[in-house]
Amino acid sequence: MARYLRNRIGQSLLLLLGVSVIGFALMHLAPGGPLAVYTLNPTVTAQDIERVKHQFGLDQPVYVQYVKWAFGLVTGHWGYSFFGGRPVGSIVLERIPATLELMGSSLALALIVGVASGILAAVRRNTIIDYATATAAMLALSLPTFWFGLLGIYVFAQTLGWLPAGGIASTGGGGLLDRLLHLLLPMLVLAFVLVAQWSRYTRSAMLEILTQDYMRTARAKGLGPARVLLGHGLRAALVPLVTLAGLQLPLLVGGALVTETVFSWPGMGLLFVNALGMRDYPVLMAILMVGALVVVLGNLLADIIVALIDPRIKLTHV
Amino acid sequence: MTQLLEVDDLVVSFGALRAVDGISFAVTPGETLGLVGESGCGKSTTALALMRLLQGATLRGAARFAGRDLLALDEAAMRRVRGAEIAMIFQDPGTSLHPLIPVGEQVAEVLRAHLDIPATEARARALELFRKVGIAAPEQRLRAYPHELSGGMCQRVMIAAAIACGPRLLLADEPTTALDVTVQAQILDLLRSIARDSGMAVILITHDLGVVAGLADRVAVMYAGRIVEAADTRTLFANPAHPYTRGLLGAVPQLDRGWDEDLPTIAGSVETALAAKGCRFAPRCNFAYAACAERPPLEAVGEGHVAACWKVR
Ligand SMILES: Nc1ncnc2c1ncn2[C@@H]1O[C@H](COP(=O)(O)OP(=O)(O)O)[C@@H](O)[C@H]1O
Ligand SMILES: [Mg+2]
Repeated sequence: MARYLRNRIGQSLLLLLGVSVIGFALMHLAPGGPLAVYTLNPTVTAQDIERVKHQFGLDQPVYVQYVKWAFGLVTGHWGYSFFGGRPVGSIVLERIPATLELMGSSLALALIVGVASGILAAVRRNTIIDYATATAAMLALSLPTFWFGLLGIYVFAQTLGWLPAGGIASTGGGGLLDRLLHLLLPMLVLAFVLVAQWSRYTRSAMLEILTQDYMRTARAKGLGPARVLLGHGLRAALVPLVTLAGLQLPLLVGGALVTETVFSWPGMGLLFVNALGMRDYPVLMAILMVGALVVVLGNLLADIIVALIDPRIKLTHV
Repeated sequence: MTQLLEVDDLVVSFGALRAVDGISFAVTPGETLGLVGESGCGKSTTALALMRLLQGATLRGAARFAGRDLLALDEAAMRRVRGAEIAMIFQDPGTSLHPLIPVGEQVAEVLRAHLDIPATEARARALELFRKVGIAAPEQRLRAYPHELSGGMCQRVMIAAAIACGPRLLLADEPTTALDVTVQAQILDLLRSIARDSGMAVILITHDLGVVAGLADRVAVMYAGRIVEAADTRTLFANPAHPYTRGLLGAVPQLDRGWDEDLPTIAGSVETALAAKGCRFAPRCNFAYAACAERPPLEAVGEGHVAACWKVR
């Protein structure tokens, strides 16, 4: 187990290194830069720009910039935003709760609805329930998240006026109910795609499990349907489902980015999109690394949980 | 003697396929009945029909068990029968146990499903049952997972779960087929001693007459969804009446053309045998003649000995 963890953590660090190199390179290869806004400004002279460039260290070769940035990252100096000059660490940290709120609630909702509908579709396969969930899942998977977001805003915010169109709360705070109303639409939009995946995945896992000998044994013991289906069926499905949870993290992170943008949700996703527009390199890289870390750690955690659930899996391989 | 189980003209169809085509038999309390026949003849289907565990099957006929018709019970009542009054064990003990649940828990859960007892007592009884079925180091084994146990050990766990609530009837579907020969004998010994000590009746399903010989009081021979012969074990072995039984026993009758060494394989699929109108064994039978185009009734050919063959009436 210790060796396994050591290997996995080593692999994860390598992966993060790769992500940082590629991310850094792409960022600098992309046209424009943090100073592009000034070039159109007639009051800013070429000397001014050179001075700022030097100040930000942008006049140095990219690999030097990278090494400096990477050294700062591991020693806890994440740099300062090019715009406003605040420390990147605190800019990112203050956005984490909003993103966690959105992601966590969406994931929880998706888990409950997706797993329940998947089990139902498997048990009642080839019935209207099965076809209805299949159609809904296909819709959710084939239409982009922003489209659902805009549709939701159009219907529930603009036309019906039931829900706020964006933001995390009304200006001037707002109570719990106000926050819940703000959360509802983005949560549903982000959960939609996730539900579809959970539902389809649960269905196929359960279909396979339902034909297993041990399910017949469970029924032959006279156990009730809930006990058979959940205590024996879902228990066996936990292994593939936890694996899915790990694999789904990138989708969750990406979906949160889009959803936050559509709903002006003040989380890391919105911060990222804004920083991208301004080429705020230190902020962009910090968010990229946090996102990559979440995905990598999530997958490691999923593998460990799977090994805890399934005694046949031993964490000894590399 | 009053019967524990009385199956009357049981028909099990999967769509147009009649996998079990009107079989009748009875089991007295404490008796072990061997249900014998080659693969695909409907043995498992019969047992699963009695447990009402078949999905997508239509059942007809009656199966009176201790004053009730199993085929007429609603699902809730049937659930109280399963595992408590009638238990079942299966051919492949390795896959019949849940791979992610400790085996002790798999035994304890039957007790908790049928008896109103706390978890600690269920665990204590599971330990007792493990001892009873001859599992070595039972305390440790309670926490083991199926993949850590041998096939024979897994079957012992299945038997422990099956006898946990003291059922009056055990359906044992090929309980030793997947096991090594030496382990087979041990499991059969165990079943024999449990049945004797507890007075539990057993329907022992097998394609192996050797298994039946050592264990069954009576034997019913099935062929393509029908019972073709039934007798007490000694009579059946000493004096088989139906050509199919004689073939199974490897008897070489000197009548007519004599019996081939090996049974010829069934011409056509099992489905065609199942669809035949008359005697279903006729296509493989060396004695077949015109009358075999009609279905032969199961009729007495001796004391407590019935057979379905026009030739031996
Ligand atoms: N669920 C099912 N659907 C359709 N046909 C089935 C099903 N279960 C069994 N059968 C058919 O019923 C016949 C008897 O099968 P089975 O009872 O398993 O035989 P045995 O246990 O004697 O080997 C076979 O022809 C088999 O193909
Ligand atoms: Mg069978």
